[in-house]
Amino acid sequence: MENMKNPDTALLRIENLHAKVAGKEILNGLSLTVERGEVHAIMGPNGSGKSTLASVLAGRPGYEVTQGRVSFEGRDLLSLPPEERARAGLFLGFQYPVEIPGVNNVYLLKAALNAQRKTRGLPEVDAFEFLTLVREKMKLMRMEDSFLSRGVNEGFSGGEKKRNEILQMLVLEPQLAILDETDSGLDIDALKIVAAGVNSLRSPERACVLVTHYQRLLDYIVPDQVHVLIRGRIVKSGDKSLALELERRGYDWVAGAAA
Amino acid sequence: MSEETRQTQAELESLLARGYQHGFVTEIESDTVPPGLDEDVVRLISRKKGEPAFLTEWRLKALRHFFTMAEPHWAHLKIAPIDYQSISYYSAPKTKKDGPKSLEEVDPKLLATYEKLGVPLHERARLAGVAVDAVFDSVSVATTFKEKLAAAGVVFCPFSEAVRSHPELIEQYLGSVVPYTDNYFATLNSAVFSDGSFVYIPKGVRCPMELSTYFRINALNTGQFERTLIIADAGSYVSYLEGCSAPQRDENQLHAAVVELVALDDAYIKYSTVQNWYPGDADGKGGIYNFVTKRGECRGRNSRISWTQVETGSAITWKYPSCVLKGDGSIGEFYSVATVNNHQQADTGTKMIHVGRDTRSTIVSKGISAGHGQNTYRGLVRMLPSAQAARNFTQCDSLLMGGKCGAHTFPYVEVKNETATVEHEASTSKISEDQLFYCLARGIGAEDAVNMIVSGFCKSVFKELPMEFAVEAQNLLAVSLEGAVG
Ligand SMILES: Nc1ncnc2c1ncn2[C@@H]1O[C@H](COP(=O)(O)OP(=O)(O)OP(=O)(O)O)[C@@H](O)[C@H]1O
Ligand SMILES: [Mg+2]
Repeated sequence: MENMKNPDTALLRIENLHAKVAGKEILNGLSLTVERGEVHAIMGPNGSGKSTLASVLAGRPGYEVTQGRVSFEGRDLLSLPPEERARAGLFLGFQYPVEIPGVNNVYLLKAALNAQRKTRGLPEVDAFEFLTLVREKMKLMRMEDSFLSRGVNEGFSGGEKKRNEILQMLVLEPQLAILDETDSGLDIDALKIVAAGVNSLRSPERACVLVTHYQRLLDYIVPDQVHVLIRGRIVKSGDKSLALELERRGYDWVAGAAA
Repeated sequence: MSEETRQTQAELESLLARGYQHGFVTEIESDTVPPGLDEDVVRLISRKKGEPAFLTEWRLKALRHFFTMAEPHWAHLKIAPIDYQSISYYSAPKTKKDGPKSLEEVDPKLLATYEKLGVPLHERARLAGVAVDAVFDSVSVATTFKEKLAAAGVVFCPFSEAVRSHPELIEQYLGSVVPYTDNYFATLNSAVFSDGSFVYIPKGVRCPMELSTYFRINALNTGQFERTLIIADAGSYVSYLEGCSAPQRDENQLHAAVVELVALDDAYIKYSTVQNWYPGDADGKGGIYNFVTKRGECRGRNSRISWTQVETGSAITWKYPSCVLKGDGSIGEFYSVATVNNHQQADTGTKMIHVGRDTRSTIVSKGISAGHGQNTYRGLVRMLPSAQAARNFTQCDSLLMGGKCGAHTFPYVEVKNETATVEHEASTSKISEDQLFYCLARGIGAEDAVNMIVSGFCKSVFKELPMEFAVEAQNLLAVSLEGAVG
């Protein structure tokens, strides 16, 4: 526990978090601290609560926190509505990005950027500045210009949706990005592109939490810490070698050790 | 529901207070006929307008027919009884004897009213290059851009002026699409109509600018019964825009308009409406009864009539802009967005009557229901035996916001020619939590997120509107759905 008198310097601090979905307890005493500049990887079996954690942090309706606390840059994260969490610099890369037909992909992104800038007391970017910015980031993500005019994720392939998530992250430049299985469904080249995108945002100020099933991603984005999430709590943490070991020995190994 | 959503909802509900923004009343002296409906009133209206005998007679025939009719009640609407004898059928702002000859003669108070509504007659006309005819209660107050239109041979003037300047066109076309016997409200209109707009586009002329009418009901206890007639001669084109508003009053006010369109060979009429009559308050008190008959006849070969409407206002909307596709190869289109919030009701749709061969029609209807609103799409596609190889495509989507509103769909299809094809797609959905959360998680506020998603839902209709109107329509949609997020 922190000394109450010192301000919390951690970017994200989760303490003993319990959360229910549809009346069922999914997170069950989860604690995790992320410092600025760090990359954390969270791994764990299907259904262990990884996406639930991401949803609770982003403020998705329907997720009820029953115990514990979360602070983000020293603020009580859970008391903020979702849009204010985003404006405070929290970004969620969705495991299943939703399609919004008829809403232009970059129109949404521009609205998001301007809403966030407004909160920070910055002037809105005009259409020209925005287009220049978004074109530059699209180039990085190797996305064609046609994505400018299409509806949000409308008819995008699985891999394109994931790249679009990273594009949004690059434009919004969050303090903390939680990327939920952004590597799933990507081909080898796309994986490298996405990794390069994530790495381009790494800085001593920012941090990133990667939810993934595959050690392969961590070859490209090297994490400072790796955590194993099982049945709603973190049962083991280590450095990047933990991911390699998990790949060899499977979750039974940790689950057995934790039981 | 989590604490956060509850909070956003509360914030949104407080925005409701902003409500209707065109609800002011203009203090102006007017010449209003006492309430009541009989032959003397009809003769008085006709005399005030200096009409020729054929028109007075036509009105009287309509009135006599009206007294034989019963108010229709087949629509999916709850309508408080209307006392037709307590309505005043004519109200005009008092002006010099013959009405204003130019903008300079128009009462400055009237001009200020339109300014407040965002229709400054001088500026808007000049800047946007849109010719505006503004109808205030019963009379047309100004028509801008007359000279430029006249140079192209286009006639665009108040209906009453057309009666004087082009009586032969009026006699030939008035009631030729919507006869005075057509339906209860159209018949009433035929008897008492006061003013409206008249457009004639000569052969081969592409109208050099968008034409626009702005309707405003101001006086208390008056009905507005305007009549619009648009004739597009062979090979011509016109895009016509119609906007509406009314003051906020506790009483219901009746608006029973008739619009007739005639398209001759290869002519194309594009008619767009943004309807924002006062919808009543949050408890359903007051508001306009918008009972309108709009019909276009594609009389010529390969002619085309396209209706686009964005209906956000009125307590009750009852209208079915329709196309009669007589000319071979003619095209009818109907693109509609209708929103209902609070206690608003809408029963709207279209009729596509295929008479000629190779005629085509497209119907795209987007209904949005919120609060206690009830939204009905009612459409008829009729393929007559002569409609060889005719085609129709209908798409009808409903979006529900919250659990107390309703969406209803009544698509009627009659096919009497087996070579004709009719396709129908329909969907009903709720505003998706996932879509909403996706926007919130990007930092976009709940209200903006909803507007964005709803605009996306309406996109295929909005893209049919002229640019200037599309922006206005989106803004109106946002205002009309304020507080609707649940
Ligand atoms: N809305 C919901 N209603 C009911 N159960 C839910 C809901 N959301 C999540 N759950 C349950 O919570 C548990 C954790 O789900 P979660 O999506 O967090 O798993 P995950 O670790 O992300 O799994 P995966 O690796 O498959 O993505 C699962 O058993 C899931 O079925
Ligand atoms: Mg998951």
